[in-house]
Amino acid sequence: MAPHDNRRPFKRAAISDQQKRRELSLLRQAQNRRDAQQQARCLASSILSLQSAAPESQPEQSDIELETVPEAEQESEAFSKDLDVRQASKLRGPEVRKWFARQLMLPEWMIDVPDRLAQDWYVFARPAGKRCFVVSSNGTTVSRQRNGSILHHFPSALPAGAKIRDGSGSAQSYCILDCIFHELDQTYYVIDMVCWNGYSLYDCTAEFRFYWLNSKLEESGACNAPSHYHKFRFSAVPVYNCDQSGLHAAYTGVVPYAKDGLLFYNKHALYQTGNTPLALVWKDENCSQFVIDTDGKGEIPSQQQVVLELQDDRKLVTSDDPPVLFGCLDGDIIEKSGLHTGNLLRFAIGDGGLSFVDGKLEKADLIYLGKSNRARAFADSYSKGFQLKSL
Amino acid sequence: MEVTQVLFNAQSIDGTVRKNAEESLKQFQEQNLPGFLLSLSGELANEEKPIETRKLAGLILKNALDAKEQHRKFELVQRWLSLDATGKSQIKACLLQTLSSPVFDAHSTTSQVIAKVAGIELPQKQWPELIGSLLSNVHQIPAYAKQATLETLGYLCEEVSPDVIDQDQVNKILTAVVQGMSASEGNIDVRLAATRALYNALGFAQANFSNDMERDYIMRVVCEATLSPEVRIRQAAFECLVSISSTYYEKLTPYIQDIFNITSKAVREDEEPVALQAIEFWSSICDEEIDILEEYGGEFTGDSDVPCFYFIKKALPALVPMLLETLLKQEEDQDQDEGAWNIAMAGGTCLGLVAQTVGDDIVPLVVPFVEENITKPDWRQREAATYAFGSILDGPSPENLIPLVNVALTFMLSALTKDPNSHVKDTTAWALGRIFEFLLGSAVDLPIITQANCQQIVTVLLQSMKDTPNVAEKACGALYFLAQGYEGEGEPSPLTPFFQEIVQSLLTVTHREDVGDSRLRTAAYETLNEVVRCSTVETAPLVLQLVPVIMMELHNTLEGQKLSSDEREKQSELQGLLCGCLQVIIQKLGASEPTKYVFMQYADQIMGLFLRVFACRSATVHEEAMLAIGALAYATGADFAKYMPEFYRYLEMGLQNFEEYQVCAVTVGVVGDISRALEEKIVPYCDGIMTQLLKNLSSNQLHRSVKPPIFSCFGDIALAVGEYFEKYLMWAMSALQSAADLSTHIAGDDELVEYTNSLRNGILEAYSGIFQGFKNSPKTQLLIPYAPHILQFLDGIYMEKDMDDMVMKTAIGVLGDLADTLGNHASSMIQQSVSSKDFLNECLSSEDLLVKESAQWAKLAISRAISV
Repeated sequence: MAPHDNRRPFKRAAISDQQKRRELSLLRQAQNRRDAQQQARCLASSILSLQSAAPESQPEQSDIELETVPEAEQESEAFSKDLDVRQASKLRGPEVRKWFARQLMLPEWMIDVPDRLAQDWYVFARPAGKRCFVVSSNGTTVSRQRNGSILHHFPSALPAGAKIRDGSGSAQSYCILDCIFHELDQTYYVIDMVCWNGYSLYDCTAEFRFYWLNSKLEESGACNAPSHYHKFRFSAVPVYNCDQSGLHAAYTGVVPYAKDGLLFYNKHALYQTGNTPLALVWKDENCSQFVIDTDGKGEIPSQQQVVLELQDDRKLVTSDDPPVLFGCLDGDIIEKSGLHTGNLLRFAIGDGGLSFVDGKLEKADLIYLGKSNRARAFADSYSKGFQLKSL
Repeated sequence: MEVTQVLFNAQSIDGTVRKNAEESLKQFQEQNLPGFLLSLSGELANEEKPIETRKLAGLILKNALDAKEQHRKFELVQRWLSLDATGKSQIKACLLQTLSSPVFDAHSTTSQVIAKVAGIELPQKQWPELIGSLLSNVHQIPAYAKQATLETLGYLCEEVSPDVIDQDQVNKILTAVVQGMSASEGNIDVRLAATRALYNALGFAQANFSNDMERDYIMRVVCEATLSPEVRIRQAAFECLVSISSTYYEKLTPYIQDIFNITSKAVREDEEPVALQAIEFWSSICDEEIDILEEYGGEFTGDSDVPCFYFIKKALPALVPMLLETLLKQEEDQDQDEGAWNIAMAGGTCLGLVAQTVGDDIVPLVVPFVEENITKPDWRQREAATYAFGSILDGPSPENLIPLVNVALTFMLSALTKDPNSHVKDTTAWALGRIFEFLLGSAVDLPIITQANCQQIVTVLLQSMKDTPNVAEKACGALYFLAQGYEGEGEPSPLTPFFQEIVQSLLTVTHREDVGDSRLRTAAYETLNEVVRCSTVETAPLVLQLVPVIMMELHNTLEGQKLSSDEREKQSELQGLLCGCLQVIIQKLGASEPTKYVFMQYADQIMGLFLRVFACRSATVHEEAMLAIGALAYATGADFAKYMPEFYRYLEMGLQNFEEYQVCAVTVGVVGDISRALEEKIVPYCDGIMTQLLKNLSSNQLHRSVKPPIFSCFGDIALAVGEYFEKYLMWAMSALQSAADLSTHIAGDDELVEYTNSLRNGILEAYSGIFQGFKNSPKTQLLIPYAPHILQFLDGIYMEKDMDDMVMKTAIGVLGDLADTLGNHASSMIQQSVSSKDFLNECLSSEDLLVKESAQWAKLAISRAISV
């Protein structure tokens, strides 16, 4: 006797795992489809917000009420992820420093050799100079240093970088390049490409970004000698695979710029803002003239220095996430010097140096020197302290 | 043609003779359909002909009018309608004549054929005299002809929908049927035929059930029939009551007391087929009240069309004891029989439904029964007590149940290991599973599982997996729900320490010698899947270790040679389980970067195994392997390109599988996965894929549920290949346009509304993908001609006001994509559309975050398009 048509035998398996597998697959596919669409739209929204943030140049007349995206509505990830460079440029003072500091990918100091170095990593000689973001949009190019201050405001051959192009496309496009400005030959060495011609490369692997950088930069004419509409020369840096010969080439090879250490980039890593272990820096006396800190006149101070952030419980921490505790500040120093939470303080590392137990910092002999330069946006990272110790 | 001889030969035991006969029948049908049908109906009508050939003639006639497959059925209907009217009336005359044949096989087959013809003709307003001529002499004809006439009316009501027959004729049908049912009808066969006919005719009786006198009369006759001395009539009468309970729930108040008396007598005293229907009556009332109360609880409070009369709540004090009694009527070994269905099972099922209907009220009525019987020496009492307890776990509030469960748990764990009766252990394991299914993770401060008892629970369940197959299967099921209870919890799962042990035990179960004949192996793998799905980051290394183990199992299934068809089926089933398990593992490990990275070392080997699984079959594609490949493609990304040359043929095979439409649907989903993984690298395969997808869309053989995903898949491909999609644009757009036209207006039931919304969603996802794919390409202007229609479509579905949130979100997104890609080319069109104003504003103020987000995006894109 069979049960009634709609009656499931009560004690039989209640679930069909196969049906569940199908449904979960469909859910995953729907999610992936949403992500893909979102990504496609995101590329656009970063361009759109560039435009809508410049209403003065484009008077809006339409039936539909227009507005720039209010800050509150930018909470959704889709809108806030891509940076809105133009809006950020309007920020002032510490705000702007903080904002730009957050946008760069910052290497950790190399304190051990990563697995699969030869297969998964690139190496290149870091040009000595000022790390900055170069942004071209709306017919002009601006370079900003790590702390957000403007280095140059100039015309360039980058897409949308000068007001000479008549193509309507250039108004909608923009570029963001991660560069080092090399004083000696007045050249921007491009070490990474974040956006090119409106195309966001944040979610692309280093492998792809470097490939894109090498093919597109040359094409644009930005590598040409300076001219009236192209004030500074741009140049890519030679990037090598991290095998024996690549390392050798990067370490000893002749480049047109002064070297300041070696940068290691994991090929599979996306452009991730802030400190990341997927980009590493190495410095020693052979590949960097700045292996140890120098003062403003290029002289080596008697003691190595480190900049730490003061927290409200008087603790001194690095810029790492999570921050690493380096020490604690006496209450009287804080009072005497009028220090506040969040201040960046400069310390010398005393003769006691840093002692490590099981790879963890146990004790640091820190000597308080004073507040750090106002232009500093954040503290040093733990790995800097570590490398200092290993020297 | 001498049709009698051919029909004889078609039943010959000699294969060659039979085949020749079938062949000539087929030729006859193809070359001269009217002649063929007329010969058959002549054969059927001819009292001189042998029974065998008349019966077969009737059967072939029936099959020439109807088929299971939708498209074939449509074809047959069209062919019948196109036949010459004279021929058809000759056939119909033969059929009506045969209805009064004294030969049972002849008239009983004929009644079905007449119903099929009626099913085709009545909706076309043809054969208007049929019902009149059937009823004209129903009182004067011999009993066998009366029986045939009533059967014909029953089949006819099954074939045609109520709106086709006017009320006057309905009244005549019902009068004839109810008279045939009444106690005054002396012939059992006639009364039975009438009772069965009423079952089908009930749907036509809306008007009659609204009339108190007519309804009283029908109800009285039905209730009387439940007391007939003939068991088949009693069963048929209770079937009528079951049908009335769902169709005319709101009319039952005056009769419910009588029905309770009748049913409870039947449940206690009548033969099983009758008792089962009597129980089913109350299960069906539960279904109704659960639905009504659910609607009350929802946002339409008080708006429900049908009020709840709380029949179950009112009957509770008498109903529950009656059901508890049934639980003691178990059959020996019912747990070993997959298809078993008896009074005890039906009673327990009904008890579970009653618990869902009334909630807490059932608890005090059941607990004394449990307490009294759970320790009795007779296994039937212990089993019934456990079953009763397990049955009421879904419905009452956790606050009410958890204190009971906490008391019962230790006892149950001990019963599961120590009870001497396998039946009791089976039910105990099942009841534990129900505890975990319904009461874990409920928002109550009293946890059922604690650090203290977790170890014991796991140990007992793993121990029970070594018990008889049915007990072990239930233990697996309990573990499934135990694992599920900790899915997605932030805190570490209490199962984490036992992960290794659990996995090991489940794998051991899959290798039991006696695993083959039950569902046990399936249950073990499904539980393993759930354990993996619900595992936490701490156990990720152990999940990784599972990969080569399952791969080896799959590899072993591929080594067997020269299998019998039975063995091949078993092999395929096992491969399905293993591919399913790998799919779950891939999806789990692929979801986080560090585990994905380590997992990828197995990708080549796993893909190799999947390809070999495909190669085991010649014509079909293994659905589970296909699903697993989708997960793998997602995890692998662009590197998946290296598998494409070998994999492509199976992908195509999957897309061509109309018969098993689930396989086709799964394959369509995988095409989406692969598009996202490969992006422009999918281009070399696009011609083949797009051709097949377009073919599928235009086919009326493919199950309609596959069509919406095909449209979504267009979007996936377009987004992946960008302007290269130009090649297919015209075809895709024309398919989208005609589907869009069809899906703007819906008139139909909930199911159709739901389907139409899924179709709209697919269409809209396709548009989104195409617009975003063409963005920033010089070929953008190719899309401009399609924009007006798309905006019209958006406006159209907005005006219909019947889209769900999902469609709303996708639709407003398309508006944004259109503006984003076409820019100022579309600005005036956009500004003229309703969508860009009312619809957009409605979405901007939506409560649904996804809708709102899409709307914000659309607003931004539009503002740019019209400002440039």
